[in-house]
Amino acid sequence: MSSRKAAPASGVSADKYSVLLPTYNERENLPLIIWLLVKYFGESGYDFEVIVIDDGSPDGTLQVAEQLQQIYGDDKILLRPRAKKLGLGTAYVHGLKHATGNFIFIMDADLSHHPKFIPEFIRKQSEGDLDLVSGTRYKGDGGVYGWDLRRKLISRGANFLTQVLLRPGASDLTGSFRLYKRPVLESLVSRCVSKGYVFQMEMIVRARQLSYSVGEVPISFVDRVYGESKLGGNEIVSFVKGLITLFATT
Amino acid sequence: MTKLVEWLVGVTAVLVSWAVVSFDLLDLSLPEAYREVALPMPLYLLVSFGCYSLATVGYRVATFNDCDDAAKELQEQIKEAKEDLRKKGLKF
Repeated sequence: MSSRKAAPASGVSADKYSVLLPTYNERENLPLIIWLLVKYFGESGYDFEVIVIDDGSPDGTLQVAEQLQQIYGDDKILLRPRAKKLGLGTAYVHGLKHATGNFIFIMDADLSHHPKFIPEFIRKQSEGDLDLVSGTRYKGDGGVYGWDLRRKLISRGANFLTQVLLRPGASDLTGSFRLYKRPVLESLVSRCVSKGYVFQMEMIVRARQLSYSVGEVPISFVDRVYGESKLGGNEIVSFVKGLITLFATT
Repeated sequence: MTKLVEWLVGVTAVLVSWAVVSFDLLDLSLPEAYREVALPMPLYLLVSFGCYSLATVGYRVATFNDCDDAAKELQEQIKEAKEDLRKKGLKF
């Protein structure tokens, strides 16, 4: 197999990476994540755009996004807000309508996902011409910061259960730091019906079903939010319900 | 075939072969030793799986990487980013 084109220092590559960034009350984090995205994409030379999909945040996230657009240009920072909180799947569909890249990154805007891994993702994708590259906290030197024993236990326990029931061929199913080929994302989003954590799981399970190639990149997940929003009984129950639904329907 | 159906097929196949051997359902006249070993198998397998699960999850929790360096690096970059953005005119 001939090797894929290298990092486009010569400016020849036609690849463009769209980053879909759904936000809700991220007024403080949005400037920081965009600064980091601009830094790492800039250093690597890849063509990119960031699509901010704000769901009517009451804290002024959109106003900050507008300032960032002034600073970095409206060809690099696109704003495609929505009136209210409408869910992740529809945010991706909405973002995709306006994306001009042939590759799509999805990630969280709260700084738990670090853009420094973006060149890693891109390299991994082009090495194997992969349809999907998923960030994993569970393999290699992937990991987390800010989790106590209880949280780690729940995470590993849930992941083990998922591996046993679904045998998905990926180590981290609930992660949401991923790189997709654009047609692959479009195809998967149209088929997935779950919400929340389970939506991300369903994406990978369906990718497997459709014989898409999936690769993994170890990532560090820095959880600064955990202190405020503990993983409660409700979330665990809905996770188990979602897992059983996937088990019975895929 | 859904995962559920795969599991049901697999479990049924195992249980049927277990029952055939343990209770001599097909009059196979197998040696007594086969029947003695087969009889406790389902329980034995369940307990083994339980132990395996506990050991695996325990090991994975114990070896879960803590990214202290990543957190520090992020803190520094946040400072740098705020400075740079202020210079560029961002009103926080």
